[in-house]
Amino acid sequence: MAERTQKQKPTPSRTEETVEAAPAVVGGSDKLKAELDDLLDEIDDVLETNAEDFVKSYVQKGGQ
Amino acid sequence: MAIPKVCGIETEYGILVRGPVSDNTSNPVSASSLLINAYLAANLRKVGWDFEDEHPGSDARGFSVSDLLEPEIETHLVNAVLTNGARYYVDHAHPEISTPECRTAREALVFDRAAEEIVWASMQAANALLPPGAEVLCHKNNSDGKGNSYGCHENYLVAREVPFGRIVHQITPHFVTRQIVVGAGKVGCELNGVSVTDVPFQISQRADFFEEEVGLETTLKRPIINTRDEPHCDPSKYRRLHVIVGDANMSETATLVKVGATSILLAMIEDDVIGDDLALANPVAAIRHISHDPSLQRTVLLRNGRRATALEIQWGLLELALKYERSHGLEPVGHEVGREVLGLWESILTGLEREPESVAHQVDWIAKRRVVEAYAARHDAGPGDARLKALDLQYHDLRRDKCLARRVGLDVLTTNEEVHHAMTNPPLTTRAYFRGRCLTKWPTEIVAANWDSMVFDIGHEPLRRVPMMEPLRGTAESVAMLIDESDTPAELLARLGS
Repeated sequence: MAERTQKQKPTPSRTEETVEAAPAVVGGSDKLKAELDDLLDEIDDVLETNAEDFVKSYVQKGGQ
Repeated sequence: MAIPKVCGIETEYGILVRGPVSDNTSNPVSASSLLINAYLAANLRKVGWDFEDEHPGSDARGFSVSDLLEPEIETHLVNAVLTNGARYYVDHAHPEISTPECRTAREALVFDRAAEEIVWASMQAANALLPPGAEVLCHKNNSDGKGNSYGCHENYLVAREVPFGRIVHQITPHFVTRQIVVGAGKVGCELNGVSVTDVPFQISQRADFFEEEVGLETTLKRPIINTRDEPHCDPSKYRRLHVIVGDANMSETATLVKVGATSILLAMIEDDVIGDDLALANPVAAIRHISHDPSLQRTVLLRNGRRATALEIQWGLLELALKYERSHGLEPVGHEVGREVLGLWESILTGLEREPESVAHQVDWIAKRRVVEAYAARHDAGPGDARLKALDLQYHDLRRDKCLARRVGLDVLTTNEEVHHAMTNPPLTTRAYFRGRCLTKWPTEIVAANWDSMVFDIGHEPLRRVPMMEPLRGTAESVAMLIDESDTPAELLARLGS
């Protein structure tokens, strides 16, 4: 059976920070954005190459 | 008086065959038959499902590879029982797996995951038989985006003495609002006159398809509460509540909370502690109204004239459940599982309220929306862009390398070992144990099986039917030794009879 990888998304840290006037680089949200970017890169690789055709051809019979 | 919430999940999977195959092979009924037959041929001998009015049937020879490949072959409607006690069959042009009867929501989660693995194994077996360049795709979803829907149904054991009207009134608010926790999300909308720009993303796959509050139908004019009364067990004691309103989940947390919270609320209804404060004025309108509002701001009208958001209604139900835990305990659903479910339910509602993205590791629609919106931003894709719909579909794609749900960081609550074990071994504490063990030990002597009986061939006429009308009898505790010590079904039946 294929291995099922346990992917744990780190819980985003909800720190109490005061909003500075100068743009502060917050470690938490940068990391999240980086993760999301990586995820999008991955998705670009595996998403059906012809999305239009795929979506059009995806028809199911009604079930219960 | 609350009774054990024996439960199970039946999932109709989407299916598609593409590549160089004939129409005979690619039509969904044939494709579903091929899928299931390929799995059975690779794994075990087929035992036929026993329909009451029909003669029990069996196929002692199994299937030959060339039979499965032959495009013009007449495909029987495949209907098999597996050694884990599940049923694997073709239903309305979809392959469907009904998990065995499970004692808790957590067990149902494990067997639901095992069902996914069975489908994946079936896909690989079927692909090996298809011509080069052809492949079968299966999706664990509920909607093709073209107005067709197929279900993920739950089943719950409920005391027959509870008036059905009480169940209808008191579980409906949950069925309408639980989607904010357990909805699978959908790009677009399938209602007439509502375009994808009106509703670019909604919370539930199924909400658009529900048109009635209560009814018997399952394939059209679908009702939020289904009145099917086919308990498959002692009808004087039990009811099987057949729930058709839910989405199929990729998130394990969502599956656990979906079955777990509903189980707890049904126990509460048996103990008559829910009351009517949360009853909705118009459940059908509400289920769509809520689904079409991922901002979670919209309110719906209650029968008492007040308005409430879906979140507020879910909080109201959870608060009642926490009170019930303190006053009655959670024995009907399993204390530990019940506590885990309530903890997750509470933390998800808290997350949805404060920062929805914080529950993207647990809530399918949040996880899906996160990638759809990020992808749309990166590629400048507006509503109606086919790539966004492709993302939606591929979230549920059971091809291991293509499945997006496996890549978005959803929490995994099960272990590979227990899921693998559950593909071929039944639960220990329901009648599925008896069914699964007998099928494993005497595959050629069981002529047919269904939920509430099994038919044995003991070597001479007549065939012997063993009724299984009690979902909590036939457990490992009561029959393991009997089965272990019996070499033949005849011996087993003699021991059972004495």
